[in-house]
Formats: sequence, C-alpha cells, structure tokens
Amino acid sequence: MKIVVPIKLVPDLVDEFEIDASGKALDTTFMRLILNEFDEHAIEQAVLIKEKGGGSISVIAPEYDGADDVLFTAAARGVDKLIKLTGDFESTVSTHSLAASMSEVIKNEDADLILTGVQAYDSFDGPIGPFLAEYLEMPYVGYVSKVSVSDGTCTVHKEYPGGVAAEMEIQLPAVLGIQAAEEPPRYIAISKVRQASKSSTIEESAAGEAIMGGVATLDRMYVPEIGEKAVMFSGDEDQVADQIIEVLREIGIL
Amino acid sequence: MANEIFILIEHFRGQLADITYIMAAAARSASAGGEHPVVGLLLGHGVKDIVSDLDVDRVLSVDDSALADFTSDTYVHYLENLLSTYSPRALFVGDTSVGSDIAGILSKRKDIPLVSGCKEVFLRDGSLHFLSQIYGGKIMAEGEIPTPIAILSMIPGGYKPDQGQGSKGPEIEEISIPGPEKVRIKLKEYIDPEVGDVDISAESRLIAVGRGIQREDNLELATELAKALGGVVCASRPIVDQGWLSTSRMVGKSGKAVKADLYLALGISGAPEHVEGVADSGMIIAINTDPAAPIFDIAKYGAEVDILDLMPILTEKVLAARGS
Repeated sequence: MKIVVPIKLVPDLVDEFEIDASGKALDTTFMRLILNEFDEHAIEQAVLIKEKGGGSISVIAPEYDGADDVLFTAAARGVDKLIKLTGDFESTVSTHSLAASMSEVIKNEDADLILTGVQAYDSFDGPIGPFLAEYLEMPYVGYVSKVSVSDGTCTVHKEYPGGVAAEMEIQLPAVLGIQAAEEPPRYIAISKVRQASKSSTIEESAAGEAIMGGVATLDRMYVPEIGEKAVMFSGDEDQVADQIIEVLREIGIL
Repeated sequence: MANEIFILIEHFRGQLADITYIMAAAARSASAGGEHPVVGLLLGHGVKDIVSDLDVDRVLSVDDSALADFTSDTYVHYLENLLSTYSPRALFVGDTSVGSDIAGILSKRKDIPLVSGCKEVFLRDGSLHFLSQIYGGKIMAEGEIPTPIAILSMIPGGYKPDQGQGSKGPEIEEISIPGPEKVRIKLKEYIDPEVGDVDISAESRLIAVGRGIQREDNLELATELAKALGGVVCASRPIVDQGWLSTSRMVGKSGKAVKADLYLALGISGAPEHVEGVADSGMIIAINTDPAAPIFDIAKYGAEVDILDLMPILTEKVLAARGS
C-alpha cells in the first residue's frame, strides 16, 4: 500500500493578520507558518493504515518557511519518504496551482492512496483534494473520518451534518480529504524530531510553472472590524464567577 | 441563459439543507431587479416536492435512481452535462460535504474559476461581486465574480435561511440526462449517530467544553455545572474525537447547530467549524487562557481564568443563588 500525503503550511489562526501595501494580499513578512491541522490528521491516518497493514508513506510539502521541521516531524511519526516541492511559493499561490505542481510529483510515486487535509484556512479556491483527484484522474471523497483498505478498494466514513456518516466504498487509486484521523494525532517528542533530522533526507522536486489562471482577481482584501469583541471580566476565578452570576441574573437564568 | 445564477440544491432525507435557502437568498439579494434569474438544480430521486418553499425562479430537475444518494462521481457527471447545455453566469454550491467535494473537480474539468468561502454576493457597477472570507473570517476579500462564468462555494453567515424562502413554488422542468458510465464510488449505508439522551440543538442552556478540559475526568466538573444551571454538556470536535463524549454532543459544522439562550464556552478556541454551529445562540460567555482565541470574537463576555478552577466555584455560586 503506497500512500502519499500532500501537505501545506498555513498561518496560525491566533496570529495578527495584516494586509500588505497593495491592499489586495496578506503581508506574510512576519508570519509564522504551521502545519495545516487537517494535513496533520492526514499524516496520522496514513500512519495508522501503515501500522495496520503495512506499506510506505511519502509526504510532500511546498518550500515554505518551516517546511523542513514539519517534514522531519512527519518522519518521526512514521513517514518513509520526505519530499519538498521547491519554487517561489507566495502564500497567495492558488490551490489550483499548487495541485498542478503537486500532481506532477505524485505521478512519480505510484500511489494507491492519497490522503490530504479536507480543507485549509488560507485557500481562496477551495480544498486541494478535488483538484488533485482531477489532475490524477482519481475519484475523490472528502470529509473522511475512517479509512480501511483492502485489495483495490478502500472503505471510508464520509461525514455529513448532524453527526451522520455515510459508509462509502471507493476504487483505488483514490484521493481522500481527511476531516479527522481515527485517533487524535500522536504527540511527537522534539528529541524524536531531532533524531529524524539527522537520519532522514529530504528529496527536492522542482515545481513547474505555476498556473495562474482560474483565480479570481481581488478588488481588495481587509481585516474586518470585529463588531464587538468580548467584554473581558478581570480578577481571579472567584471574581470572574461573581461577574458571570451577575450576567446570568441579567438574562433571567438566575 | 448566460445571465442566470444556478444554485446546486442540497438536500438530505427529504429536507432542503439550510445552505440551499442561504444560496437562494444570496442570489436574490444580488439580483433584486431581476438582472439574474435564479435557477435551482435538483439532482435526486423522487424528491421534487421538497422545493416548494425555495425562492428561485425555476428548478431544473434530474430524477434518476443513480442520484438517490450523493457521490462526487455521480453529481459531477450530471453537473458537467448541465453546465455544457446551459451557460449560467455562476454556479453556487455549498461549502459542505457535498459542494466542496465537487466544486474543484468541476472547476478543473470545465476550466471554470472557483471562489470559495463566499459569504455574500452583490452587484457593483452593474456586475456581480463576491465577498469571501479566509482564516475563519479574520481576512475578508472582495472581487468581481470572474466572467463569463464562475463557481462559488458558499458558507453560511451572510443571509438567514428564511430570506431564501418563498410562497410561490418554482416551476419545475424535468431534464433527462443519460447516467454515468463509470462510477468509482459506491454508497454502502448511512450510519446515524448514537441516539444520545439529549438533543443539544433543542437545549437552551449549554456548557460547552473544548481542549482546555485537558482530561476526561475533568468532564465531571462540567457535568456538575450543567446540572446546577439546568443545562447540558456539549463539546467541540477534539473532545468527541477523543471519545470522551458521544457525537450527539458535538457542536459545529459536522455536528449540530445550537440555539441556546446561554452558551458557556469553556476551553474552546473558537475554530470556524465550531463557531458555525454556535452563531445563533443568545448569550455567549467564553473562558480561555489565550486572549487571542477566536472564540472571543463571538462571545459577549469572556475571561482568561483557568476553567478547572472556575467550574467548581461557579457551580457553588449558582447553587447558592438558586437557594439550594
């Protein structure tokens, strides 16, 4: 079972966001990039599949700041092959373009199964999975929370609102958009990552020409005024509790 | 027609999804003068009756046993066909387990630009524009909906479902399209969530816990507080993924949408997928040691104290206030 996990790095949601001088793009100068949380689940799910039935896993990351660390952490998790897609990736590269570049690399991996996070917060043109599936001419199922594989097919749980799941059978090779791994991603000690950085190599693969078509041009990008941020209670737990009781009285709960 | 707005009707078990009404509302609001007729695309099997209160001008209905359930392969096949026959100005799909699976496939296959995270649609200088969000709404972007055609993946929040409801049922035109030759995805069965003892979407007082609860045995503190307040405990995704609470208690995009009078969010960061399920609630109070947590953007009141210390103290004070 050959599994490929394309991942990306995204800005952290708790960071401050600023718009650059053009007024149409994010200022990424001081942004700290982290592994897309859903891609972390995709890596974990791949490792779970490998632990159950054997196989090998390749992870592909674009050459963002911090990519090496993310790749070595993946190795410490149990990933066999680390690939870095090199090129000039601005954070505004479209998902479609990224999929075009990624699929060129994936074509060489002879994959049975491609797992990727079901979404990423920084995309303007949707998740990468469906684009990858189309470039690779494979079926796509997203919002997946359980995966089991057998000869030539995989069976997944696809999530719908209200906690309903659909059990689907898919012909391999296929692309799955992972919502949640079957187990929460395991904790990886820094020491293991350090070990991996010494024993693993990162293969580099040059991204082709980014395809810039098919992306909407923007009139403007802005940080919205948060209507009203929460009024913060001050003091210790006891004082906060008193203030909460006040509010509960005001709204008639008490 | 080149100026029509198509919306992909999302439905499940005989009911239209809220996002369907929201998309109709969006299309209508951008076309108050009738510049862009709104057409619903209904792909299904034996479901024509469900569109009677949808505010669209007409519905193109494809009824086929192959469409009894959603798979991306099947829907893409029919939509590809419809897009080739009709050339709408735009196709709206929901940013959901249905729409998000197919939008990118159609975009690549038909070479049609895709704009996702779309919250609102409006006319400016005579042409259609979108307002989209990324980073869960921390960044907004506006632009013209690409011409001559584009796919928009819409999220809730810009319109209320009742804005997309109408009393004049749309005319329904039945279209016959040959079924797909190759379908690589097969639905085996639906699995309903364990019927919980409570339906959190009907509860008015909710104590919601997130990662901040740290360990399973700390849940008891939340249960005690909920009991004192006459409410129930619910949770964000990570708690349910750990198996500490059943799926029936999950609030958010994949779980339930709640409309509580009181929503006490304890140790919840406020990721967009969670917040989507809370937005209709009344009084939201959030406790999180991280002052930058996005939950504080939707909460009315907040505090940075430790929830494990706060809960027993608050429980005691609530019980005292109730005179027990």
